[in-house]
Amino acid sequence: MENMVHVFLMGKQYEVPANLTIMGAMEYAGYQLVRGCGCRNGFCGACATIYRIKGDRELKVCLACQTQVEDNMYVATLPFFPLVKQVYDINEIKPEQQVMMQLYPEIYACIGCNACTKSCTQELNVMQYIAYAQRGDFEKCAEESFDCVMCGVCSSRCPAGISHPQVAMLARRLNGKYLAPKSQHLENRVKEIKDGDFTELIENLMQKPIEELQELYNHREIEK
Amino acid sequence: MYTNEMVESMKKVAAAREANADLEPRRMTAEEKDTLLKTYHPDYKQGEFAELAVGPNKGGKVPTELAALLQANSRIDPADVDLAQVDYDTDVLIIGGGGAGASAAIEADNAGAKVMIVTKLRMGDANTMMAEGGIQAADKENDSPAIHYLDAFGGGHFAAKPELLRTLVTEAPEAIQWLNDLGVEFDKAPDGTMVTTHGGGTSRKRMHAAKDYSGAEIMRTLRDEVLNRQIPVVDFTAAIELILDENGRAAGAVLLNMETHEILIARAKTVIMATGGAGRLHYQGFPTSNHYGATADGLILAYRAGAKLLYPDTLQYHPTGAAYPEQIFGALVTEKVRSLGAKLINVDGEAFMHPLETRDVAAASIIRECSDHGKGVKTADGIGVWLDTPMIELKNGEGTIEKRIPAMMRMFGKYGIDIRKEPILVYPTLHYQNGGIDIAKNCESGVENLFVAGEAVGGIHGRNRLMGNSLLDIIVFGRNAGKNAAAKAADTSVGALSLQHVTDFAKELSAAGIHSDVVSPKLLPDYRRKK
Repeated sequence: MENMVHVFLMGKQYEVPANLTIMGAMEYAGYQLVRGCGCRNGFCGACATIYRIKGDRELKVCLACQTQVEDNMYVATLPFFPLVKQVYDINEIKPEQQVMMQLYPEIYACIGCNACTKSCTQELNVMQYIAYAQRGDFEKCAEESFDCVMCGVCSSRCPAGISHPQVAMLARRLNGKYLAPKSQHLENRVKEIKDGDFTELIENLMQKPIEELQELYNHREIEK
Repeated sequence: MYTNEMVESMKKVAAAREANADLEPRRMTAEEKDTLLKTYHPDYKQGEFAELAVGPNKGGKVPTELAALLQANSRIDPADVDLAQVDYDTDVLIIGGGGAGASAAIEADNAGAKVMIVTKLRMGDANTMMAEGGIQAADKENDSPAIHYLDAFGGGHFAAKPELLRTLVTEAPEAIQWLNDLGVEFDKAPDGTMVTTHGGGTSRKRMHAAKDYSGAEIMRTLRDEVLNRQIPVVDFTAAIELILDENGRAAGAVLLNMETHEILIARAKTVIMATGGAGRLHYQGFPTSNHYGATADGLILAYRAGAKLLYPDTLQYHPTGAAYPEQIFGALVTEKVRSLGAKLINVDGEAFMHPLETRDVAAASIIRECSDHGKGVKTADGIGVWLDTPMIELKNGEGTIEKRIPAMMRMFGKYGIDIRKEPILVYPTLHYQNGGIDIAKNCESGVENLFVAGEAVGGIHGRNRLMGNSLLDIIVFGRNAGKNAAAKAADTSVGALSLQHVTDFAKELSAAGIHSDVVSPKLLPDYRRKK
């Protein structure tokens, strides 16, 4: 007999094998998921979940696909949360502090409660990256928020109504486009290709018979 | 947790670590690879494929699971569908909200077309989001598109369509630049030089990455850009049939609201199929690294409408899916782990192969090690070999894992495994659909006005794909499909809408003696407990 545990999915009790993830437990219980299930591998943030172990005061958060069930776990899924996503033209805005004031002024209403950080399913220091955004330090905000899967649990817990994942998204795009150092070798190569510098090389290759290409491939030099 | 056998084997792996780290295992010869693949690669298992009895690929072989869907019943009876009630009218209809669909949408919007995306889950619920390792482009001094071409052509067993592969490698650097200009972050040195590594089968270090969230970083940026442009995204809505016009050109799709089950009609001047792969069909019973909706829907729709498939019989099994713990069974362990220096080690602590052979060869080699060689490590769900992750920091110094592959550290860390100190168990997992819908250089399929981009395309990579060429192809061909579909839409006026092809296909099935009780497209897998 498998080792079983009792879980409460949206409050309803089910008995499920103890080795399952929360997502697996829902399916075992009979749910055909449409919402609240995306990549099933911890990258997409579709399966944000809030739970409490019976008798515990603390509310915990997780991704349902990345977390094993426990006995007496009360589970509520959060398949959607109304984040605010401001619309902007990435070519028009500048990486200056006032961008945040214009687009996401609510970040300045942060009361420093740290509920966002405590609720991050990726264990990021969310309040810290919001602090970086407040002072226009987009590089640090981008770095600190990089592993965000935009599940939205932080925003669901925020008394100031901040849409943290969207603030971080803006900071990363500003950093990636404007602040990170330019790649000269990339610009050179794009120009060389446009100028046709490689056309002959590749056309010569394409015209070769398969046997010759096999020889070339099997004996090509591999960079150490 | 670990069994005694695992613990004993781990000790051998640790004892041999320094010696194994210094070792440069020999690469296999072409003949050795051929024999290995024919003996152990799942693509060569005869009983797992079925011959198609109808359609453009009649007589050709596809995996039995795909054959069952290609030769199944439509979800609709055309007689019940009122094509005069058009719910959405657009120039370019994009089916699929992953990296290819988003890239296509941005370019079609740029070209001035009216664009709409439909996706059966959310925008970004796609394999793009889960691509970890990186994206290839020949942008370094010692590299060139021609070298990239040879690597990919050889790695794909010389079966790629040359014109498509040429497009892929030639437009690669521009694709990286386009992403960077949209604000995608890449790992760079302080002077701006891209930090690039090898992938299996590359002869130059041309793998660009954003830690091991490369695909997620690309996908979330593209999604943000689509939203900034206010391109309509109709989510939780699946395309369940293509609509053609009276001239046989693609002219829209029948849609299904995944939650309310309402049927809706979208009319369009051109259609882009960007529906992705098929991992959730679990070919040959393999686990998969794919997202929840990877069920080959686009192949089914296009096939019924008359589009030919190319290489639908070739799948990619990623060599390193997680084999332990069972909660993440089949999840992707990025090839970048090997790019950074981790080697594949058997139960006795031996490095049994070069870690950067192409994916098909590496997968077959692991299967051989675990079967005929009897050198696998048993787990609750099966068997695996070690991927010796602590080697990475032995070679590159402490902190490398946290900096370069944080997602891997997190994924195993949730189950108490510190990959900086302990090796992990891996086994091949179904990862990528090498084949798909046959397209011309302009991304158009055999059905006029039906364009295809991303994993739904067949022929860009041949019969095996190199790491980092898929993130690349969704961008390159996604953009091209968007531009070309927009241009074509400008010259198209849609005739009377028709589902005659659905009726005709059903008749063909019947005439061939096929009476299926399956409906397709599948849309989602069913993982509910079977009582």
